[in-house]
Amino acid sequence: MTKEELILKANEVLAEEFEVEESVITPDADIKATLQLDSLSLVDMVALIEETFGVKLKGTDVSSVKTFGALYDFIYERL
Amino acid sequence: MNRVVITGMGIYSCLGKNLEEVRQSLYDGRSGIIFDPARKEMGFRSALTAFLEEPDLKKELSRAQRVYMPQQAKFAYVATVEALRNAHIDQDYLDNNIVGLLYGNDSSADPVVAAVDKMREKKDTTLCGAGAIFQSMNSTVTMNLDCIFKLKGINLTVSGACASGSHAIGLGALLIQNGLQDMVVCGGAQEVNPFSIGSFDGISAFSTRENEPTKASRPFDRDRDGLVPGGGAATVILESYENAVRRGAPIIGEVLGYGFSANGDHISSPNVDGPIRSLQMALQRAGVDRREIGYINAHATSTHVGDTNEAKAIYSVFGDQKTEVTSTKSQTGHEMWMAGASEVIYSMLMMKNDFIAANLNFENPDEDSAKLLIPSKRVEKHFDTFLSNSFGFGGTNATLIVRNM
Repeated sequence: MTKEELILKANEVLAEEFEVEESVITPDADIKATLQLDSLSLVDMVALIEETFGVKLKGTDVSSVKTFGALYDFIYERL
Repeated sequence: MNRVVITGMGIYSCLGKNLEEVRQSLYDGRSGIIFDPARKEMGFRSALTAFLEEPDLKKELSRAQRVYMPQQAKFAYVATVEALRNAHIDQDYLDNNIVGLLYGNDSSADPVVAAVDKMREKKDTTLCGAGAIFQSMNSTVTMNLDCIFKLKGINLTVSGACASGSHAIGLGALLIQNGLQDMVVCGGAQEVNPFSIGSFDGISAFSTRENEPTKASRPFDRDRDGLVPGGGAATVILESYENAVRRGAPIIGEVLGYGFSANGDHISSPNVDGPIRSLQMALQRAGVDRREIGYINAHATSTHVGDTNEAKAIYSVFGDQKTEVTSTKSQTGHEMWMAGASEVIYSMLMMKNDFIAANLNFENPDEDSAKLLIPSKRVEKHFDTFLSNSFGFGGTNATLIVRNM
């Protein structure tokens, strides 16, 4: 999977699951604010990423990966 | 003691998605039972079930609200929206008053199975998702409704097997009678999916009349061979008479009596003595003579021993008094945790519209049902007071008496 394919796939599944327009998901946007995640729905995002890419975000990863750009990088490095 | 009145009702059942659709189905004698081929493939002894669609709440509730709701909570949401609307209660009222919530529910199998499947397959609990725990608990209906409607009074699920909905209404009435709550949203909800009742099917409790789905649920009929599982949700708004008058609410009925008892006997086989005590207690607490009861909505689920023992109990209390007795389960199947609440609403709809729905498929009585007046055709009749029975596994019994207002 190329980085571009990863980004397209990530945006697609995140937009569908959290019911936002794909256009609001940009590399610099804050994940929690954009997807309106609280501590519980954050669990759903972690599960979605793991189900989609087989990459698991652990507790410390979740707190350091704040933007979609950081998330793409995190996933890409572990594919 | 405060008088307890009903000021709103709402329902989502196999007979319709709102009160008007359900009223019409009751009047027409329409059955909500189908044959579900998927259950046969899963190894069910009987693939009969009530059919109802899961409501799509995407436009009404946010993802953050929906993700914690299993099927029966969605049913209950739709029913409660209708009940609150009919009671003329808006969010502003709920925000500024202490309103309680008591709802009958006694399982949430589908989310439990989904989470366990995920754990077994992936060996990673995170993949169960955030909604799983909240969907899986018996109290899922009350926790979801309470957070959605921002209710601030009692918040409690009543798990009393197939009498859950009746007990919820009865307990809500007691809280209001004793001045502990001015208003309580009461009801019952029942999930409709194979996992929730597969083990119930396994004890041979269900009718196997699969070639005639609409004839399978035949309470009191000599040739009945078991119940048909159903579900949905039903909500009634209970409040003190004073509160209802103060806010100019539409008062449509009064909960006169709540009787309850336990059999102290077998876990699945009902007896006669327990239901008799429930009936007598309801009549005594209602302060009405049995001759004032114009209609009896029986628990009768279409099982041999259940219907027989209920017929004996009713005859023991009412004797040769010829009051119409029917089981609306002949149309809906057994709505289990929901049944006590839905059957109050079915009875209310009949009372308000001057008819008694037919006890479908009552073709031949048995020795005990022959002693009761069980109409197999719709009866056009005005009545002002009804009694509704609900009995459950473990021998839990509840009887409600409601008067027209």
